Amino acid sequence: MSSATGIGVPLRRKEDKRFLTGRGNYVADMKLAGMVQAVFVRSPHAHALIKGIDTASVMGMDGVVAVLTGEDLATDGVGGIPCGWGITGKGGVAMKEPPHPAMAQGKVRHAGEAVAMVMAETLEQAREAAEALVVDYDPLPAAVGVLDAMHSSAPQLFDDVPGNLCYDWDVGNERATDAAFAKAAHISSISLVNNRLIPNAMEPRAAIGEFNPGTGDYTLWTTSQNPHVIKLLMGNFVLNIPQHKLRVVAPDVGGGFGVKSFHYPEETLVTWASSKIRRPVKWVCERSEGFLSDAHARDHVTTAELALDEDGKFLGLRVKTVANMGAYLSTFGPNIPSNLYGLLLAGVYTTPVIYCEVKAVFTNTLPVDAYRGAGRPEATFVLERLVDIAATEMGIAKDEIRRRNIIPKEAYPYQTPVIMEYDSGDPAGCLDKALEAADWAGFADRKAASAAEGKLRGIGLCTYIEACGLAPSRIAGRLGARAGLYESAAIRVHPTGDISVFTGSHTHGQGHETTFAQIVSEQLGVPVDKIDIVHGDTAKVQFGMGTYASRSLAVGGVALAKAGDKIIAKGKKIAAHMLEASESDIEFGGGEFRVAGTDRAKSFAEIALAAYVPHDYPLEVMEPGLEEQAFYDPVNFTFPGGAHIAEVEIDPETGVVDLVAYTAVDDVGTVINPLVVDGQIHGGIAQGVGQALFENCVYDDESGQLLSGSFMDYCMPRADDLPRMTVATHITACAHNALGVKGCGEVGTIGSPATVMNAVVDALAHLGVTHVDMPASPNRIWRIIHNAQSAMAAE
Amino acid sequence: MKDFVYHRPSSLDEATGLLAGAEDAKLLAGGMTLLPTMKQRLAMPSDIIDISGLSGLSGITVTADSVEIGAATKHAAVASSAEVQAVIPALAKLAGGIGDPQVRNRGTMGGSVANSDPAADYPAAVLGLGATIVTDRRSIDADSFFTGLFETALEEDEIITKIVFPIPEAAAYVKFPSPASRYALVGVFVAKTKGGLRVAVTGAGPCAFRATDFETALAKEFSPTALAGVTVPADGLNADIHADAEYRAHLVGVTARRAVAEIANGGAA
Ligand SMILES: Cc1cc2nc3c(=O)[nH]c(=O)nc-3n(C[C@H](O)[C@H](O)[C@H](O)COP(=O)(O)OP(=O)(O)OC[C@H]3O[C@@H](n4cnc5c(N)ncnc54)[C@H](O)[C@@H]3O)c2cc1C
Repeated sequence: MSSATGIGVPLRRKEDKRFLTGRGNYVADMKLAGMVQAVFVRSPHAHALIKGIDTASVMGMDGVVAVLTGEDLATDGVGGIPCGWGITGKGGVAMKEPPHPAMAQGKVRHAGEAVAMVMAETLEQAREAAEALVVDYDPLPAAVGVLDAMHSSAPQLFDDVPGNLCYDWDVGNERATDAAFAKAAHISSISLVNNRLIPNAMEPRAAIGEFNPGTGDYTLWTTSQNPHVIKLLMGNFVLNIPQHKLRVVAPDVGGGFGVKSFHYPEETLVTWASSKIRRPVKWVCERSEGFLSDAHARDHVTTAELALDEDGKFLGLRVKTVANMGAYLSTFGPNIPSNLYGLLLAGVYTTPVIYCEVKAVFTNTLPVDAYRGAGRPEATFVLERLVDIAATEMGIAKDEIRRRNIIPKEAYPYQTPVIMEYDSGDPAGCLDKALEAADWAGFADRKAASAAEGKLRGIGLCTYIEACGLAPSRIAGRLGARAGLYESAAIRVHPTGDISVFTGSHTHGQGHETTFAQIVSEQLGVPVDKIDIVHGDTAKVQFGMGTYASRSLAVGGVALAKAGDKIIAKGKKIAAHMLEASESDIEFGGGEFRVAGTDRAKSFAEIALAAYVPHDYPLEVMEPGLEEQAFYDPVNFTFPGGAHIAEVEIDPETGVVDLVAYTAVDDVGTVINPLVVDGQIHGGIAQGVGQALFENCVYDDESGQLLSGSFMDYCMPRADDLPRMTVATHITACAHNALGVKGCGEVGTIGSPATVMNAVVDALAHLGVTHVDMPASPNRIWRIIHNAQSAMAAE
Repeated sequence: MKDFVYHRPSSLDEATGLLAGAEDAKLLAGGMTLLPTMKQRLAMPSDIIDISGLSGLSGITVTADSVEIGAATKHAAVASSAEVQAVIPALAKLAGGIGDPQVRNRGTMGGSVANSDPAADYPAAVLGLGATIVTDRRSIDADSFFTGLFETALEEDEIITKIVFPIPEAAAYVKFPSPASRYALVGVFVAKTKGGLRVAVTGAGPCAFRATDFETALAKEFSPTALAGVTVPADGLNADIHADAEYRAHLVGVTARRAVAEIANGGAA
């Protein structure tokens, strides 16, 4: 380690001081001179024609400045909200991509869709007017459930999208898979629902648009994970604002989990409205409004089959999934249940042939898009539940069946039958370490102890892999990405040797201000308190691709290391000149440029000073200054993975599932800061446990009304729902990036739903239970136990 | 929130007068129920009469055979009262299980009981102990107080001043919290009182009610096994996305047995 604050040091996070002392700067905190407050009038209907909106009647109300509707958008030629991925289905058929106006035009397609925007001097005045605004609706029957929506008799959301089918996509080799099933000794199957979730960041969304009539410049402040991409999408495709006239700032953001990486209608609307009324326009989403306007997540219905030989070796896998897209395509929506799902179905196993088919369907519900894990928890859930079922049916221990099928460490790089090539990993090593840490062997005693207390104890295991570090642009482009997926970094060394780092990534809880500084500290030998990370402002930072899909470190961090290499290379040239040595004799280490084998050296700060005060400097061959920029486009995805083990205790009288132990051994590649990694894994597991045991987005099947529309009914996991977790790492370095890093943001959420549900099913196995859908709520578990007991009694 | 006129009366009489005089006045105690409904514009009172500071409306007095609790007494005060813990520990425990620390330090007994939320905890204790609700004009028996969903025997402008709980021989409250809100999905209060055995259920129906079949069974034999096979009918019980009616009916039995066991084991007096 070349710095006391470098890679691997468990530093406390630099940014926490400002957060913990209430000095963060969030969009909702901001006040601009002359600012008006916007409130959106949202549809109470899931599906309805808009007959008319009586804007004139509220224009005279106290404080009202303007009321705008979808018709105004059309009049102004404002474009629809674009989708960032174009999926090509079977037979080369492009996905259906119906227009997505920022406010409804003629028809609403989900409860909560914005139909009008009311702006007033104060928030209360805007609310009064929004409440008074009369919208004349003609309600239509709604297509709510994803299977119902596919029915020939289902209401159709868009005239030119028959059967509400967005795409019918597949991956893998159907014929080879059929052949594998034909010669199987055993076939295990499963039908499951991956429950729909409502992601909830601590900070609700907010946006302020400001148009400067003097310069023609626009600024959008927004709670985004992705300010540069919002700038490109909104400026270029929606509002037709030249890129040099638009600035997007995402200041402190209180959590994102993917859901703040999309371009939302409200961002377009405040920006557009500010130019119409020539005043800054602010909107702050309320919590209950967030339930009706943030993208939702998951929502699959799946059947899957696994073919095995007589020894329990996997011969083939067949998966059929129907995925809910919601009413419109959100920025990454169509990519989640296709590329981020089907391409992960090999898991950590040597399954030679796989075929996966995904139908994506429009419904009268909120758009569905990426949420922590995005597609990979769904893939892991299918595969790991199915593996457990196969193990039980074939009488093979659950760790043993995995061991028989796991890709051996020596087999990497490993080409799967579904496009991905895994570069590195040691799933068997993770498994062994997890079994040991969780005392897998001692479970029978713990089960007996629970039984003595009248409790049903179960243990669950999952070995998983995920793909993150999105993404090699060339591959992503082939898969349908409409943007590049590199990242950028710039290092500005000031004349004093202090450093400002400009990254295209964005931190909203991940701790980049600390971890990215550690990377620079390691490389340049400068302590982290002399390094600031600048991000989130397109006026300060070069173009970047933002933070989601655990890409910040694996792409942005590596870009940063590349910029650091350039700083060192230039520093060596300056040092060679000053030390009158040949450039090839200069070594850099410990914060010093030294002539190899001598004590002649210049400190990093001396070199920085020389670069800006070039009295003794190679001006003939080099420009002054010490500032370098790098763009990095990875050659492959990164593939974190691991083994998770959960133990649950079920109260058979009430159906309450108590998660009593959780062990996670993850391969996240090189660890920059172990505290931050532990925190990411803890949080990720909590979110996965949330899906497994608590969270459930429920719509009324008929009306399309959201029934789980607040925290009174949408059950978030709480600290006391979780046991003390045992987390550890088992590292294999990423083979294709300079830092050896893979990513840790999503692993917890990817491994945990399957792990917990495998434990729940294990606890109920004696009742003949083979599968339980999520969440394992008390009512659901009691019903399963009750029905099984009634059936046994009847026999 | 809509504009309203805020009043802070200095006497009960003044409060009653204000209530009668205003167009659509609401009493404000802890505000834990009223304020969220006002923010959501479900309630839009013209006048708010804040009784949280009225002297004489809060405080706990223990006599030889009863505990009197002022209507504006906070949940946290009941939970932490050594006197309540000594004579009706089940009541202190119930109060300590309401909401979270913020809610317990604002919310009041009077507000909770007047509101008659089907999932609130206090109504189970009021009914289970056979308490008396004392208002600015009369005393009301617990048995005739809770009349329906968010409905009570209170008149429009009637103010609860205190609630008098007879000290039982033994009592226990077992709550099965709703996973999301942590209000009572089902809560059962069992008490051996001078007037006989009482079993009160909250969370399961439109308002708190007595499970008379349970009372009869327990009067014969006070043990969890005495409740084997005794049920409340699922018909008419609450059903929502967290619990269907049959499950709620089942939980009434489970929680009742657990409360009885707690008393039988001397876990609570
Ligand atoms: C997050 C959260 C969690 C909660 N969890 C629980 C829980 O687990 N269990 C539970 O039981 N409750 C729970 N509550 C409700 C809480 O107990 C409230 O305190 C209670 O519902 C109302 O009491 P209050 O003093 O806040 O009344 P307020 O909100 O001030 O008033 C409620 C109603 O009662 C009327 N009122 C108030 N005082 C009187 C009086 N003296 N006479 C006549 N009418 C009066 C008011 O006019 C109003 O209509 C929770 C609340 C919140 C916000």
